Amino acid sequence: MTIDATDRRIIEATGAGLPLAPAPYAAVAERLGLSEAEVIDRLAAMQARGVVRRIALAPNHYALGLAANGMTVWDVEDTEASRLGRQVGALEFVTHCYLRPRALPDWPYNLFAMVHGHDRAEVEEKRAAIRVLLGPGCRADDVLYSTRILKKTGLRLARREG
Amino acid sequence: MSRPAAPVALDDTDRRILNALQEGFPLSPRPFAEAGEALGLSEDALIARLARLRETGAITRFGPFFDAAAMGGAFCLCAMAVPADRFETVMTEVNAQPEVAHNYERAHRLNMWFVLATETPEGITQTARRIEEATGLPVLLFPKLEEFFIGFRVAA
Repeated sequence: MTIDATDRRIIEATGAGLPLAPAPYAAVAERLGLSEAEVIDRLAAMQARGVVRRIALAPNHYALGLAANGMTVWDVEDTEASRLGRQVGALEFVTHCYLRPRALPDWPYNLFAMVHGHDRAEVEEKRAAIRVLLGPGCRADDVLYSTRILKKTGLRLARREG
Repeated sequence: MSRPAAPVALDDTDRRILNALQEGFPLSPRPFAEAGEALGLSEDALIARLARLRETGAITRFGPFFDAAAMGGAFCLCAMAVPADRFETVMTEVNAQPEVAHNYERAHRLNMWFVLATETPEGITQTARRIEEATGLPVLLFPKLEEFFIGFRVAA
């Protein structure tokens, strides 16, 4: 267990976001009956342990005009997958890149790279650039465009009894 | 459920804020003053801009991002092939699970893609099984084997 009950309360209090006030950590602390220093120190410690990945802003791609969101998927040789994945992940326009298991026979793809663009033509251009980069190391590929956001919530912790 | 927001009108200052704060936000008593200084904005001006960006939907989230795996939990991407005539019903059943963090409709035979975030690794298969029982449809699991981490840039 890498978080204790107080960490958990801080996570719950900030899961929906930080207050937009001059001293946001003090505002969180006040709500929890803690000191500002304790909230800051605990968040810093959680960040050092990787529990907090970062404190930052996540833009809404749609609102920024990046209306086309394509999950590009690739079937690459397992022995080459890590090397190729690093190269694809380093592309400036790829926001997330993961190696995942295939689900044969339905799903032959093991490399996933998320690409955003103003329209599908822009996503297709970027997809073509990935195809060039992968070269003969790629056996098949596809792109899945998102057509609707069905749900989007921050991380919520399940209530623990007792 | 939400429809894609209409594009928001942004000026150069908004773009600089969005780009800078994607990289990180200070963990200090007056973080808006500190972040504002780097952007040439007063504390009040940065807070007012962020409030407006949040109101207009240009910002999805602002604050700490937690890693469920580091807390002993797990994330998993999942997919289902949902018949068109049952899509809305299945969506309601899937979204009703609190472990479903986000869910997207995608143009493919596998047309529903969602992420499970659970407090324990076993929670992933338990939740997936619950969804299979509720919907009568198979859930394919795509856990990440490796992440090629490159940051979170979106050119605003």
